[in-house]
Amino acid sequence: MELTTVWFALIAVLWIGYFTLEGFDFGVGMLLPILARDDRERRVMINTIGPVWDGNEVWLLVAGGATFAAFPEWYATLFSGFYLPLLLILLALIVRGVAFEYRAKGIEDQWRTRWDAAIVIGSFLPSLLWGVAFANILHGVPIDAHKEYTGGFFNLLNPYALLGGVTIVLLFLTHGAIYIALKTDGPIRERARELGLKVGLGAAVAAVLFLLWTQILTGNLGSAVFYVLAAAALVAGLAALLRAREGWAFIGTFACIALAVAGLFVALFPDVMPSSTSSLFDLTTSNASSTHYTLTVMTIVAVIMTPIVLAYQSWTYWVFRKRISVHHIPEERLEAPVG
Amino acid sequence: MDPLDLARWQFGIITVYHFLFVPITIGLSAIVAGYETAWVRTRNPVWLRLTKFFGKLFLINFALGVVTGIVQEFQFGMNWSDYSRFVGDIFGAPLAVEGLLAFFLESTFLGLWIFGWDRLSPRLHATCIWLVHLGTLFSAYFILAANSWMQHPVGYSYNPKTGRAELHDFFAVLLNKVQLATFPHVVMSAYLTAAAFVLGVSLWSMQRNEGAVKEIFRRAVRTGAALLLVAGVGVAITGDISGKIMTEVQPMKMAAAEGLYDTQTKAPFSILEWGSLNGEHHTSIIEVPGLLSFLGTGSFNGEIKGVNQLRAEYQAKYGADPGQKYYSPGNYTPMIPVTYWSFRFMIGLGLLAAAIAIAILFVTRRGRAPNSRWWTRAAIALPLLPVAANSFGWIFTEIGRQPWAVFGVMTTAQGVSPSVSAFDVWTSMILLTLLYAVLAVIEVKLLLTTIKAGLPEDAPPADDSDDLDRPLAFAY
Repeated sequence: MELTTVWFALIAVLWIGYFTLEGFDFGVGMLLPILARDDRERRVMINTIGPVWDGNEVWLLVAGGATFAAFPEWYATLFSGFYLPLLLILLALIVRGVAFEYRAKGIEDQWRTRWDAAIVIGSFLPSLLWGVAFANILHGVPIDAHKEYTGGFFNLLNPYALLGGVTIVLLFLTHGAIYIALKTDGPIRERARELGLKVGLGAAVAAVLFLLWTQILTGNLGSAVFYVLAAAALVAGLAALLRAREGWAFIGTFACIALAVAGLFVALFPDVMPSSTSSLFDLTTSNASSTHYTLTVMTIVAVIMTPIVLAYQSWTYWVFRKRISVHHIPEERLEAPVG
Repeated sequence: MDPLDLARWQFGIITVYHFLFVPITIGLSAIVAGYETAWVRTRNPVWLRLTKFFGKLFLINFALGVVTGIVQEFQFGMNWSDYSRFVGDIFGAPLAVEGLLAFFLESTFLGLWIFGWDRLSPRLHATCIWLVHLGTLFSAYFILAANSWMQHPVGYSYNPKTGRAELHDFFAVLLNKVQLATFPHVVMSAYLTAAAFVLGVSLWSMQRNEGAVKEIFRRAVRTGAALLLVAGVGVAITGDISGKIMTEVQPMKMAAAEGLYDTQTKAPFSILEWGSLNGEHHTSIIEVPGLLSFLGTGSFNGEIKGVNQLRAEYQAKYGADPGQKYYSPGNYTPMIPVTYWSFRFMIGLGLLAAAIAIAILFVTRRGRAPNSRWWTRAAIALPLLPVAANSFGWIFTEIGRQPWAVFGVMTTAQGVSPSVSAFDVWTSMILLTLLYAVLAVIEVKLLLTTIKAGLPEDAPPADDSDDLDRPLAFAY
């Protein structure tokens, strides 16, 4: 296999890692005001993702860095072209990242309410906008002969892309609700399971519509197989949730997101960013890539490092495997109020 | 302002802001790891309380360092897409390796450290924070390798067919001589910065407490001061090496650091200067003869090239005009007032911090604990000095390279994103700057609240038992 193909696949893997992992912590963030009845329950929710959300976010950073290194033209066109949506994502990720740490440092209601809002917005906006961005990549955007994006911000807000955004939000909400059901105990677990089923149905409808539309737009046989498997995984996951098998349900949504993202990349290949102006201007794995030498160096690093990273990230999940409920949340607070 | 001006300002603002937090993160992770290791070895609760106290301050700082770092990674693509296309083959690799090797390590093991107090054995728990520190060092190494390549491009060649710089030798990039001097210099200043932070906070807390707590903080004052001095020596040595390598690979930067217009042997170093810095006239107020020659070459008689001769040299080598918009044609001179003063502030503020540390070591000797208001003021000023010195150091090294983005290869003006409008950059600059300003206020407030709250109670962590209903040792 060509190294450019290897790196296309590796970048797909990094995005799959990002969407499956940060997907549930985004879901938990968005569900904060919906699932929790009081501050103690909100803290239960935050603590289920507390030890892992930052590590989940690094998948995005590595996907970005790897795109820069392996496909610099893709990196340059994508992030200068999608400038304002990306800016919104960055702003959202900034306030969200600070919110988890800083929320806990104050005891005043207003202080916490504000950081809770930051967590909700910071989880919702990136979910929506990554969906919009990926849909636009698949759909094709105006790119000229110099590989420059020539559209504007509102080009990106077409119905197909918005459906992509909504689909991702609903999938992440389902994924997050199931994660809460899996990681907590008590009334919140029951509520999470019920909500997961309801939102899950919505996610299933949106996902089927979006994937069908995508298949008609850009699909091939390979992508169709992935989409069908993704839909099946979601249905199986929801069925497991109905029978209170939360572990299987989580595997279901996890697999659904992984398979759907994989299908999108299969549909995209060998393009990395098709041009809607002319197919002559498409960015492809070959015309957007680095040199063979750089790809070789990067492959060596990735082959050595990826298993190590996967091993210690998995270990983290093992260390924090116990369910949390309200009586695990210590009552004592920081000595002095802030706010 | 056009998109290029704006992009330059934005890069400066968000990069300097990010780097306010980075050195403290690097240095404080080591100090906290040191305290925890002392606790694991001695089981003396003093060290555990210091671990937890400075651990909290570390996390408040770390949060902002991380989130502002995310912007750094994407701004090359957003604002500098032509730069990214031109150098992606070389510059992207260290960035990707940084993510794989450093960011995963830092974030994963920090999560384990924060929440793992009752899930991991003390030894394993302390290992986690050491791994976080190792992650910060990896991170510094790879990002500085990328920057050092911009200062002194090696291991690549220009391919006219693809119109870009292409990597030939990754190890040349990782072992660039600029990098080998820069990395220890930056790490040493990070230790110095964090030591000044610990020293300032502890000195202030020592004065507000009595008895056992006062004694604990006195101990932290002593460890902070000692580390500051050791790191200070390291900063000076590595800075000296950096200066000599810089004179070799970027002579214009050294000439601009002094405002030395004509080539000179026994070149003096002026402490203060008066007058215009455009070469028309300038008067040195205090001058140390031969010092610039020594800084640049290691010999008081060494020759330092002047701005005028270098400009002629660069014109012959690179043509008349690499960046017409910002520099009159053929003018390869960076903004001399900025390089002149930032160079002096970098060195001066660092030396001042070291001088205060010596004074503090003196007044806290043999169990003494000074209570005068002047020491309170010193305690407040102390952490700020190296933070400012770090910023001036970066301003010096980046402005001093102008008009180049990649020295001798690509100008900054050539790197800007052609498809990004002034509106886009205005929007992002205003929003990011406002958000950063708000977060800075909140961060300072939180740091002060946490410092005022003082040492946590003397309670050793519970062991790893299987009592399912026991509250978590740590929860958000």
